[in-house]
Amino acid sequence: MSDIIKQSLSELVENIKGKKLSSSEVTKAFVERSEKSKELNAYITEDYANALNKAKKFDEKSNLDLKLPGIPMAVKDLFCTRDLRTTAGSKILNNFVPTYESTVTQNIWNEGAILMGKLNCDEFAMGSSNETSFFGNVQNPIDKNLVPGGSSGGSSSAVAAQLTPITIGTDTGGSIRQPASFTGTVGLKPTYGSCSRYGIVAFASSLDQAGPMAQNVKDCALLQEVISTYDEKDSTSIDFKRNEYSKELTKNIKGKKIGIPKEYRVDGMPKEIEDLWKKGIEYAKDCGAEIIDISLPHTNYALPTYYIVAPAEASSNLARYDGVKYGFRAEGENLIDMYEKTRSEGFGAEVQRRIMIGTYVLSSGYYDAYYLKAQKVRKLIKNDFDDAYKKVDAILTPSTPSSAFKIGEKTNDPVSMYLNDIFTVPVNLAGLPGISIPAGHDAKGYPLGLQIIGKAFDEQNILNIAYAMEEKINFKNNITDWWIK
Amino acid sequence: MSIDLKTIKHISKLSRISVDEKKAEKLAGDLNSIFDFIEKLNELKTDNVEPLTSVAETTLKLRSDEVKSRNLRDQVIKNSPKENEDYFVVPKVIE
Repeated sequence: MSDIIKQSLSELVENIKGKKLSSSEVTKAFVERSEKSKELNAYITEDYANALNKAKKFDEKSNLDLKLPGIPMAVKDLFCTRDLRTTAGSKILNNFVPTYESTVTQNIWNEGAILMGKLNCDEFAMGSSNETSFFGNVQNPIDKNLVPGGSSGGSSSAVAAQLTPITIGTDTGGSIRQPASFTGTVGLKPTYGSCSRYGIVAFASSLDQAGPMAQNVKDCALLQEVISTYDEKDSTSIDFKRNEYSKELTKNIKGKKIGIPKEYRVDGMPKEIEDLWKKGIEYAKDCGAEIIDISLPHTNYALPTYYIVAPAEASSNLARYDGVKYGFRAEGENLIDMYEKTRSEGFGAEVQRRIMIGTYVLSSGYYDAYYLKAQKVRKLIKNDFDDAYKKVDAILTPSTPSSAFKIGEKTNDPVSMYLNDIFTVPVNLAGLPGISIPAGHDAKGYPLGLQIIGKAFDEQNILNIAYAMEEKINFKNNITDWWIK
Repeated sequence: MSIDLKTIKHISKLSRISVDEKKAEKLAGDLNSIFDFIEKLNELKTDNVEPLTSVAETTLKLRSDEVKSRNLRDQVIKNSPKENEDYFVVPKVIE
């Protein structure tokens, strides 16, 4: 079947369950497609031979009651996978082979899926363009000159280019939703505490969440159902009643109150984004939702808050990379010299910059002025959402302030790169779920996304709204396979 | 607010990342533009605001104090850049 790679996850699951396709046929199709797509640089580590073997074994003794029966899947290289190199896109973890498995990926394999390889990402998930990866930048399948977004850029590129039927990314300030928006795909950042952080290379622990990246909302709901579990190995994992998101998915959103925050109309936002947002509002109305104007007054303070909190946590988390216990080591004249050389040679420029910011804001004499101040503003930002949710069930915004930008366009200006996350960062600071769905194209033909933000633990509601709107929007990605010779 | 080269050297020492003159100058420029942007927070009065340390509004769960995984020595040592049987090896620290 030559059209295997064109099928959605839900279709593949149905066809494998109905014995119309075998896991081997499906895995072979995606492996072949991935092998022909090296130019995108979406993979850091390929594990195709093992994947094909596992598929064969699955077919010999197949359990078709599983949710992801024999489905091949590549995952972001931030998830520890037992016996398969996990780099976090960094030289410092270039040779790191985990002896344990992350809870999220274990949940996926438990449901019958098969690992195909590890996908490129910004180094330690710090970036919005996948250009900070030690393993080189990734191309956007929409256009070879465009970034795929970041930090889950290998993931977004791989899903859009159909190298994997679905994938998982991580989102600390927008790293699932922004790349989804840049590639015309769907990305969900779950509520903080929904998916276990155990075995995910840590960036900023109070913000990091894993989530699905998919071709459509239904697939996204199915994977969310698999990865979201309570886990005692993560002390911030929350024990709440999780829905069967894919089974409970409905397009009936009649009477749902959707808030439109006026503060998201930022200066210099292209008219195309403004128009897309207006169109989104009309789609939501067509689906029977009620539109309500709301205010999130501290929106403008979210990015400055994030650029204190996230680097502070990162500087602490990344202190473990000292060249002693695992990872890259540079030789030094003495212990301190070894630490300093290891970290200076092992980390890339953006990671070093963020460690420096974090160290500074936590250092003696500056802690109150920066870190404590940021924690207080974070409270104000969360209060904004709490107040808004007294009036509405969900919030609709653009996902990003622009479409995908060109490779190299923003690498010399960190602040302009950071501004990309202006609509996604507040959601992480407040610990809420947010989903980006493709909603249209700009004049250049590049995809644009809309974001639906929900109440904490209300993934089902935003998935339903996304599902209903997806049908009205009827988005088609323009991908020409230009990279296949 | 301005971060000078002396401060950069100090932060570099605290974060155990060596920087030469050229790198220090680049970092000073970058950090100054980032902190100009961060200074925006000073517009807000926050004297009576409680700091938010965690968005997860739950108390930490208690668990029984029992060992669940043991004999991990080989796993723990497996990725070390340099080892000697059961130990991590580092440059000499005692003269």
